[in-house]
Amino acid sequence: MIVTPGWYLALAAVLFTIGAVGVLVRRNALVMFMAIELMLNSVNLTFVAAGRHLGLLEGQVSVLFVMVVAAAEVTVGLAIIVAVFRLRSTASVDALAEMKG
Amino acid sequence: MQPAVDLVWLVIALPLAGYALLQVFGKRIGEPAAGWIATLLVGAAFAVAVLASIDVVTGEAPHHTIHLFTWIPAIGVEASLLWDPLSTMMTLIVTGVGFLIHLYSVGYMHGEERFGRFFTYLNLFIASMLILVLADGFGLLFVGWELVGLSSYLLISFWFVKPVAAAAGKKAFVVNRIGDLGFLIALMLIFANFGTLAFAPVFERAPEVLTTGGATAITLLLLVGAAGKSAQIPLHVWLPDAMEGPTPVSALIHAATMVTAGVYLTARSGVLFELAPVSAAIVAVVGAATALMAATIAIAQRDIKRVLAYSTISQLGYMFMAVGAAAYVAGVFHLLTHAFFKALLFLGAGSVIHAVAGEQDMARMGGLRRVMPVTFVTMVVAWLAISGIPIFAGFWSKDEILAVLFGRGGWWLALWAVGLVTAALTAFYMSRMIYLTFFGQPRWDDGVHPHESPVTMTLPLVALGGLSLVGGLINTPFKPVLEHFLQPSFDLVEQAHIPEGITPWVLAAVSVAAGVVGIAYAARRYLGETRPDETGPVWELVEQGYRVDDLYGETLVIPGRKGAEALAFTADAKVVDGAVNGTGRLVQVFSTLLRPLQTGFARSYVLGIVAGTLGLVVWLLVRGAG
Repeated sequence: MIVTPGWYLALAAVLFTIGAVGVLVRRNALVMFMAIELMLNSVNLTFVAAGRHLGLLEGQVSVLFVMVVAAAEVTVGLAIIVAVFRLRSTASVDALAEMKG
Repeated sequence: MQPAVDLVWLVIALPLAGYALLQVFGKRIGEPAAGWIATLLVGAAFAVAVLASIDVVTGEAPHHTIHLFTWIPAIGVEASLLWDPLSTMMTLIVTGVGFLIHLYSVGYMHGEERFGRFFTYLNLFIASMLILVLADGFGLLFVGWELVGLSSYLLISFWFVKPVAAAAGKKAFVVNRIGDLGFLIALMLIFANFGTLAFAPVFERAPEVLTTGGATAITLLLLVGAAGKSAQIPLHVWLPDAMEGPTPVSALIHAATMVTAGVYLTARSGVLFELAPVSAAIVAVVGAATALMAATIAIAQRDIKRVLAYSTISQLGYMFMAVGAAAYVAGVFHLLTHAFFKALLFLGAGSVIHAVAGEQDMARMGGLRRVMPVTFVTMVVAWLAISGIPIFAGFWSKDEILAVLFGRGGWWLALWAVGLVTAALTAFYMSRMIYLTFFGQPRWDDGVHPHESPVTMTLPLVALGGLSLVGGLINTPFKPVLEHFLQPSFDLVEQAHIPEGITPWVLAAVSVAAGVVGIAYAARRYLGETRPDETGPVWELVEQGYRVDDLYGETLVIPGRKGAEALAFTADAKVVDGAVNGTGRLVQVFSTLLRPLQTGFARSYVLGIVAGTLGLVVWLLVRGAG
């Protein structure tokens, strides 16, 4: 069986959907974070797949950028989650609804 | 001697430097050094002015223009100084009398908490007044004009802790502003007609450029400005209140220098007034009405400084009569002698007030001639000078004005008659003041120990006394030195002169008689055993200045306040605020509709993002297919 780029894209789509549904249905901030990471990495997968298919370097370069941004985002996000947890003893995002209009 | 003339800018720069120095360090320098610095700088300015005046006095080079800098390049307005006989004379008065009054203030303001600040303002005033008289053009003149208004305001309300002083300063400022508006419009008209504000081109080209109507409009507006600054009817109301300032200020600003700015302006613009005979006549009539009215009010005052304030208004009326009658030299001559004797009267009054512990009511003075001989003798000189007794300064100048008015004949004779009556009234009220203050029984309170003032105060009194005694001799009919000296400044105008022959001598005799009658009647009335009854409705009406203040209050101030209230509480609060609040409410209504969208649940936002993205994707696919 030949692995065509379509397979990669299909896998990425499945991963992305799992991630998106995870963000939507889970209340735990930590789990939501992991779901977001899943979404980011599914996109990374499409980048490298497309890059390899087209013989371009930009796909891999973009992935490096996404990784850096994701790392930074995780740092800040985890700090926020820890701070909220100390304050509220919970990591549930539904408990944080003060900004209701 | 060109170099000396080039130093004229120093005359302004010295007091200005004093102002800058004292503004920053005045408090630290303190008493008495701050006063001495200010005094010496004005003295130095006087010395420079004397040095620079040599060429002008000898007549070698009567006109000098000192270019300072280009002020407004776009319309070609230059800042330059004019050093001609008229400005020389004014500069010498301002710096000379200013120096004496600075010296006096060192003694008078002794122990004042804000001693340094007082001299700061005094130096600012001198610099401003010098800008006014030295300016070679209406533009720079206006700058000085506004600056003297500012320093006058600062000094009237120097004791701003007293509500009356603060109110008096504000009143002076507002009333002056009305006059300034007239002046400003006149400036615009001049610029519109001539394309320049410099004196020389305006005056030289005036006869060909201006129509009679144009000249009348400009000169009437100039008169509004002059009347505001020189306290002429109907803008005279601020000067009596200005007496709330320290007495040296009254002497310097509100008697000798600033209030004569209107006379100076009119004399300087003589060419324009010559083209508008109606305006010139109005100037003279305003002067006559002011002179007579203020003289009657002065009779009924109890406060020694208010007598002098109304007297100043009255004497300024004389000067306006003179310049209105095209007797510019006579007007400026009276300005000069008046600067001497009125400054002396104010300083003498300050010395008296100082002696009786701040009391200004003449009913609580009396018999002071024995305790303060120097003040008494110098005040007597000033009294005789203003009453027009021969030899003394006021006689020569006042008589010249009256003679010119008589000489013009026709309806001007009515003005002459007014002037004559005013002369008698002047002699009467000044005698009343002298008699009540220095003669009779002592009426001051127990515990007040009158004393002669310190030498820094009596020295200026003596100097001004000397000038009041002989100052008039520089322009006698026998030897009109001042007239020859000033002639180059009035080359472009045709001046009115005193009549030929025996007439002036008869007129002089008549006016001296009027003065003597005034003095004699006052002596009969006030030197007797009993003090005359000074009550009753008429007396009170006159004492309150014919209640002009009340009239203005009811016709202008109260309607003005009502209008402002209507604007504030209706136009602003309802209309303007209503529009602003309405906008706010509109936004609020819309936001109420949108508020439910913000649930506060992060996951619902995520749902929104996902749904939006999906929608976008679907839309792109559909469009791509279509």
